[in-house]
Amino acid sequence: MMKTLLTGAALLALTATASAQTVGFSQIGSESGWRAAETTLTRQQAEERGYTLQFSDAQQRQENQIAAIRSFIAQDVDAILLAPVVATGWDSVLQEAKEAEIPVVLLDRQVDSSDDLYLTAVGSDLVHEGRVAGEWLVGDVGDADCRIVELQGTTGSSPAIDRANGFREAIEGHANLEIVRSQTGDFTRSGGKQVMESFLQAEGGGAEICALYAHNDDMAIGAIQAIKEAGLRPGEDIRVVSIDAVPDIFQAMAAGEANATVELTPNMAGPAFDALEAFWADGTMPEKFIQTDSRLYTQADDPAGEYEARKDLGY
Amino acid sequence: MTINPRLYPLLATIGIFVVGYAICYLQFPAMLSTRVIGNLLTDNAYLGIVAVGMTVVILSGGIDLSVGAVIAFSGVFIAVLLRDTGLHPIVVFALLLVLTSAFGAAMGWLIHALAMPAFIVTLAGMFLARGAAYMLTIESVAINHPFIVTLQNAYWLMPGRGRLTLIGILMLLAVVAGVLIAHRTRFGASVFAIGGGEQTARLMGVDIGRTTILIYAFSGLMAGLSGIVFAIYTGSGYPLATVGVELTAIAAVVIGGTLLTGGAGYVVGTLFGVLTMGLIQTYIVFDGTLSSWWTRIVIGLLLLAFILLQRGLLKLTAFGDARA
Repeated sequence: MMKTLLTGAALLALTATASAQTVGFSQIGSESGWRAAETTLTRQQAEERGYTLQFSDAQQRQENQIAAIRSFIAQDVDAILLAPVVATGWDSVLQEAKEAEIPVVLLDRQVDSSDDLYLTAVGSDLVHEGRVAGEWLVGDVGDADCRIVELQGTTGSSPAIDRANGFREAIEGHANLEIVRSQTGDFTRSGGKQVMESFLQAEGGGAEICALYAHNDDMAIGAIQAIKEAGLRPGEDIRVVSIDAVPDIFQAMAAGEANATVELTPNMAGPAFDALEAFWADGTMPEKFIQTDSRLYTQADDPAGEYEARKDLGY
Repeated sequence: MTINPRLYPLLATIGIFVVGYAICYLQFPAMLSTRVIGNLLTDNAYLGIVAVGMTVVILSGGIDLSVGAVIAFSGVFIAVLLRDTGLHPIVVFALLLVLTSAFGAAMGWLIHALAMPAFIVTLAGMFLARGAAYMLTIESVAINHPFIVTLQNAYWLMPGRGRLTLIGILMLLAVVAGVLIAHRTRFGASVFAIGGGEQTARLMGVDIGRTTILIYAFSGLMAGLSGIVFAIYTGSGYPLATVGVELTAIAAVVIGGTLLTGGAGYVVGTLFGVLTMGLIQTYIVFDGTLSSWWTRIVIGLLLLAFILLQRGLLKLTAFGDARA
């Protein structure tokens, strides 16, 4: 048995040849609408360019992602897209891809490995997003005192860390703004709702909260539900600012229940494929970080129209 | 030639693995490469090791729900100790294995002394270990110690560029150790006896208290070892890691042909159970269009098939015994 396996493997090593461009994509999961849109847009981009996309959903587990990347390497794909679930622990598998001469492009999140282990990273500047959200709140509140509650993303993930830091940078030096409570809602609607309920209970039924900062729109939408159930008006009694710009938050903004959102474009695959095509053509090395825009949308930016434009993107 | 009916589940497991691999090969010839074989061993090393411990527990008619949390705790324990103290990783590993074995032994003692269901005691253990991991850190901590990096890069390059990694070999050694302990020692015989029925075991002169403590200590030891392997594998400690791995390990044991009620099974079957699950995962990545949730669905169907097979075999052997 073992002998046949080894002979087969030896034969295979001889006959393996390159075919049309195949790209492996290890996605974290489908925990938020934004991520579902990223998956859809990646599939669309791959189809438009005539690539074969090998898609693997890791169900939020790093061990699944590492196994998927190893399988992609065994298949000799032409490139690997990776949206890493956590920042640590990628060195050895990225090293393996490098030794197999397969370029890896990181999407949306960073890793703490040395940057010669991947071709480039496409993403928005997460600290900058947090800063844009914070600056909006500073401007909107003015000189009034403001007790802020914060819904953090998944503990230890880079968006949770960076969006928290950027926001703090923006409100630093404004003594009237203070983050009084901060907990993780795990980037989910149910998490956002549950944690907001406990915030409201802890802060005198919510009367003492002036603003909510959520690390993503989904948690904000869950929290809006909790605020309404507590008998308060989201968007008026409690300002709601979040990040991502998914269609549902535009609906909430159109209804006056959310105040502002910072866009994180789900089209990370477009710039990634552009960089890969240049690399395949003549070995052009892209910059190590390709930054996407972080635009601020408020209730004044025609949220109803934005909703119509985005609702079919696959969120 | 007659085959002992007790061997049927084991043969079925090996058969499913071989047939499954053949189907994969027909569809994706690249799956029959040393790379994929090396990946199967490396990617499932932590699961294989913890499943060996779980097999011994299930053979005795028990269950250990704490192991997934113990693996996560181990990773965090290693990462934090290496970051904050100057201890050598070998010392940290030794401390960890003593700790997890003692933790297992304590659960075993509670199960025996208080005559509590293993389900409840190890459920408490699960929360305790996961909570302890969060106490140490709530972030994912990278492990950059040069010794760990050396272990990560320790592999033998097989023909065809496949890698037989150190942790893959460690998993195979754990299986061999498990086979010897379960099938060749007095302790192993006691485990099977308890699994067959505590009353009978007592009449046979088995020291039930001591054996129960040793069973859970062994499971704790294997969970600690699996935690070391997982830390080497991911190069980090993360308190949210390996949620639900205890259930995956139980599934591997059952697909490996061990009777969930205890008393019958083979440790080597568990290896094939683990590899079969890894094979399904690999197939789905190779296909690239199937939802990865199919892994769970297929595992669910396999579990159901094995439970039905075991029911059928019980009837068959009962019939055979009656005739004899």
